[in-house]
Amino acid sequence: MSTTTAPQIPAAQTATDDDRPAGKEPKVRRRGERGPLGKAVAHGVLGIASLIALFPIVWLVYLSFGPDKDDYLHPGGIAGKATLSNYSQVLQHTNFFQWMESTLIIALGTTLVGVLFAATTGYAVSRMRFPGYRPLMWVLLLTQAFPIAVLIVPMYEIFSELGLIDTYQGVILVNCTTIVPYCTWLMKGYFDTVPIEIDEAGRIDGLSPFGTFWRLILPLAKPGIAVAAFYSFITAFAEVPFASTFLLDDSKYTFAVGLQSFISEHDAQWNLMAATAVLIAIPVTAFFYLVQKHLVTGLTAGGTKG
Amino acid sequence: MTLAVERPATKSRPPRPGPIRRLKDSYRKYWYAYAMIAPVVVVLGVLVGYPLARGFYLTLTDANSLNSARTIGVNHIDATYQFIGLDNYADILWGPASYDRFWSHFIWTVVWTAVCVALHYVIGLGLALLLNEKMRGRTLYRLLLILPWAVPTFVTVFAWRIMLADSGIINSTLGSLHLPQPQWLEDPTFQRIAAILVNTWCGVPFMMISLLGGLQSIDSSLYEAAEMDGANAWQRFRHITLPGLRSVSSTVVLLGVIWTFNQFAIIFLLFGNTAPDAQILVTWAYRLGFGQQPRDFAQSAAYGVLLLSILTVFTTFYYRWLKRNEQLAV
Repeated sequence: MSTTTAPQIPAAQTATDDDRPAGKEPKVRRRGERGPLGKAVAHGVLGIASLIALFPIVWLVYLSFGPDKDDYLHPGGIAGKATLSNYSQVLQHTNFFQWMESTLIIALGTTLVGVLFAATTGYAVSRMRFPGYRPLMWVLLLTQAFPIAVLIVPMYEIFSELGLIDTYQGVILVNCTTIVPYCTWLMKGYFDTVPIEIDEAGRIDGLSPFGTFWRLILPLAKPGIAVAAFYSFITAFAEVPFASTFLLDDSKYTFAVGLQSFISEHDAQWNLMAATAVLIAIPVTAFFYLVQKHLVTGLTAGGTKG
Repeated sequence: MTLAVERPATKSRPPRPGPIRRLKDSYRKYWYAYAMIAPVVVVLGVLVGYPLARGFYLTLTDANSLNSARTIGVNHIDATYQFIGLDNYADILWGPASYDRFWSHFIWTVVWTAVCVALHYVIGLGLALLLNEKMRGRTLYRLLLILPWAVPTFVTVFAWRIMLADSGIINSTLGSLHLPQPQWLEDPTFQRIAAILVNTWCGVPFMMISLLGGLQSIDSSLYEAAEMDGANAWQRFRHITLPGLRSVSSTVVLLGVIWTFNQFAIIFLLFGNTAPDAQILVTWAYRLGFGQQPRDFAQSAAYGVLLLSILTVFTTFYYRWLKRNEQLAV
């Protein structure tokens, strides 16, 4: 499998350069391929698709300006009485900042552990064929397929014995079950793109494998590490089942759990929920756009190499 | 295969040494590899292996929240659950009401996975093909189309919940067009349709971007040559584009199946604790263990083990099938 996916890396990287591959397109092919009608249809389809992609978010933002919790039922009225009161309410009278703190602690903690532990393993499985290599790769792949249902019950039992329920450490640890194997795959994918000659040069100059890794490869792999870190951060940030189960105290909620707490069976504060959702989504989405070019590369490269 | 480390292996050496000697050699040769993988192996052993074994043991008991070890205030109550062998599995798979509890969810999970991945792939490929053409505004379309992927799922699911609610924007739009207004979040059939709809919306961008990457890696001279030979658009798509996408496709489909099969957040957040019929196996297992009183830990864990077995079997076969096909193709 590794042989066939190797060419994927440059492929996915060029995916983001819009102009280059198109610029290479031969004139022959473009001529007569699509007339004005075809162009219009393409624009129409892409336009509608973009609208569908955009609409739920725009709608959420729009509803967040409606002061009343039932405003979503008659959205026409919002335009006339738009206010920022939901936002001030959320920022001043809810646990928003505490949730932010918990989310950041958990997401950063998970990222740190994930990247720290995965880096050397990613390098080892990228460069060395040791006995036990195949089983290890298989376990790493399989762990990514773990349904949360298989670990959540025993984890709950173990954590209640250890007193880790309702602690940040508990959630970080349980997040690591998916993040560590994931990061390992991502980093292996990245280390595979670093030329092997660099290792050989390091070895000839008398560096140990650790020295090679630490002094030569790690600095070169910074972008790969950044992708792994970003991906772990986002995953831990948006993680729902573990955080919903292991965090009990509403001042320790992450955003993903806190947002649910606006909607209970008895009372649904949709207006506050919408405002909170917008506050959460803005920085994440902005950040995402900055790095999304690199994400797909890592994902597809990490997903398949066997 | 790559490091100088392994070079000595190719030197001519005296005949095979004894087993102990071999072990020592292998240790000397590979110890840094083992030192490097040690952290992950330890983490996996402690955080995955041990709970997995423990979870498997739980499935052989009648553990629930009433008889498990727990601490109330300062009092610690020891676990009192019994070992009952494979009864949980028997009960889930062919016990009374096994259809209502397991098989109906199993069928729905399979349908859900197949429909969602098919929609993800087809829509993703269609958009990727359009985006791959040289046209004005392509970058803007691309940025807009990635949006559902960029916003955290737990945020967008709530956006959909507001939109799909009775007299939410979707139903009021349908109403103003004089179309039927289904109860998306209450009626079992429409709950399922709503779940597929939301998951499709969330999952298409990843497919689209991955496939776009694949498309751009296909050598354009192939298309040129095909056109010279008089191949029409469909033939070019069938014989150049699809084979060119094979490796990307097989990866994203595998990932898509695993992610969709295990999709928790969308169904959990879209319906809260309602909608028993729209639950896929993962959320159903979670509900058994944490969404009801008393919590049925043993059955929930048994569902987890069954799910893992299904996924393992699927992944293994898929992987083999891929390998065989690729050997044929190359």
